[in-house]
Amino acid sequence: MSLALIQQDFCAWLTRSDADAAGRIGKGAGSGLAIYQNNYRAQLVACLTEAYERVHAWIGDEAFLGAAAAHIDATPPAHWTLDAYPAGFVARLTALYPDDPDIGELAWLDQALAQAFVAADVDPVRLDQLGAVDWDEALLRFSPSLLARDVRTNAAAIWSALSGGGTPPAAAPLEEEATLLVWRLDHVSCFRTADRREARLLGAARAGERFGALCALFADELGVEDSAAQAGRLLGQWLADGLIVRVDSGRAIR
Amino acid sequence: MPDPIFGLGLRKDHYRDFLESHVPVDFVEVISENFMIDGGRPRAILRQVRERHPVALHGVSMSIGSADGLDRAYLQRLKALADEIDPLFVSDHLSWSRFRGFSSHDLLPLPYTQETLELVCANIAMAQDVLGRAMLVENPSSYVTFSRSTMTEWEFLDAMCARSGCGLLLDINNIFVSATNHSFDPVAYVDAVPAERVRQVHLAGHSQGRDMLIDTHDQPVPPPVWALYAHAMSRLGPVATMIERDDAIPPLCDLLAELDQARAIGCPDRIAA
Repeated sequence: MSLALIQQDFCAWLTRSDADAAGRIGKGAGSGLAIYQNNYRAQLVACLTEAYERVHAWIGDEAFLGAAAAHIDATPPAHWTLDAYPAGFVARLTALYPDDPDIGELAWLDQALAQAFVAADVDPVRLDQLGAVDWDEALLRFSPSLLARDVRTNAAAIWSALSGGGTPPAAAPLEEEATLLVWRLDHVSCFRTADRREARLLGAARAGERFGALCALFADELGVEDSAAQAGRLLGQWLADGLIVRVDSGRAIR
Repeated sequence: MPDPIFGLGLRKDHYRDFLESHVPVDFVEVISENFMIDGGRPRAILRQVRERHPVALHGVSMSIGSADGLDRAYLQRLKALADEIDPLFVSDHLSWSRFRGFSSHDLLPLPYTQETLELVCANIAMAQDVLGRAMLVENPSSYVTFSRSTMTEWEFLDAMCARSGCGLLLDINNIFVSATNHSFDPVAYVDAVPAERVRQVHLAGHSQGRDMLIDTHDQPVPPPVWALYAHAMSRLGPVATMIERDDAIPPLCDLLAELDQARAIGCPDRIAA
């Protein structure tokens, strides 16, 4: 029996409790194999529990461990780092709780904050570092830690209450859909909610629209001057938040 | 001949101690994968700690025994970290964790056969080539042995070092755990490993499972492991000894007291001085 076949059998035992595979690994290996399988599953449960601390607190032990077991059965880890494993659990929770979107959104927030925490280091640019910029042609470059997701519920308020040790509010739909922004400033992951207009402008900016075009984005609904003023206010907000790491002059990159 | 050196694992609970005070260790060891990330606070802390102490990079995910070879992207990440940190050692385990897209995140056992030896040596050669430095390979603790093994673990380690040029990280607790689980003599194991290849020693604690000892790293180093360490140090050169605690992390002062115990055994002249 080749090493490859032994490892194939070991994988089958760990992921599917395949008794035939266990028998081929070795007679009398049962108690040892049980230790390896317990270690495998316990480590993945611990990984998900640590990564989704707020979700765990929100849905409780039984529901969380049931969801974790379902995820481990359906999705064995594939990446070399265990830190990559929790990412897929957001989709699992969303699928398990289709009528409770707060759970999937809370899970996304836990996961996004963790991703932002270890994103690449790039210092944000400050307003006084910008110098002369041809704003019509300017392209905004955002922090590699920035993540965004549309939300329908008050998951952000629930997250904050759970993190602060307070009593979380009941899950409720937002009056108007919004977007959660997550990023890291210095060494701290942070988040805030953006309204639909900011989310649309941010999406356009991240897609590569020049600032001149961003200023005209809301011209139809707000008029030319108010649309430009709105873009200017949000640019100031993004700079203050540390979301922007570079402003490329359109002329310089041509 | 240089003196033996003594260090601790850098764990989150002790970041503040290492950043804000003088911790009397000769080196620290970190889990490589915890710092093979793009950026953020963990990398910043490692850089700060590196300014104060030599750092050993100890991996758990290279999967040296994978029958389908090593993950080149993993090696490149590890190389980037090693190039930045200029580590005292780069080490990983004589085990496997990854096979055909599945990653167990556990240190799984290998049969000690000629086929395994050739594969492990080829994988070590590839890793050392990418990293541009020799590696240390650690003996594992195990809960399963294979009837198809044709050599003992210590014979395998000897042959592996001779063929690949790697060094050894000798985990004394792992020897004790495996010896208890598989009924072999731990002293005979220590006496048989190629002492001149050992660069680093791990000390740790374990727990009693239902049928076997479990390598939990959540207890102080127990008396039989200290005794085996004392025997090992009578054979080894000036190695780097490290207390490895990964769970139920106690206050730093408790680990420093254990490290003093290791110094008293491994370098009694230095304690007396």
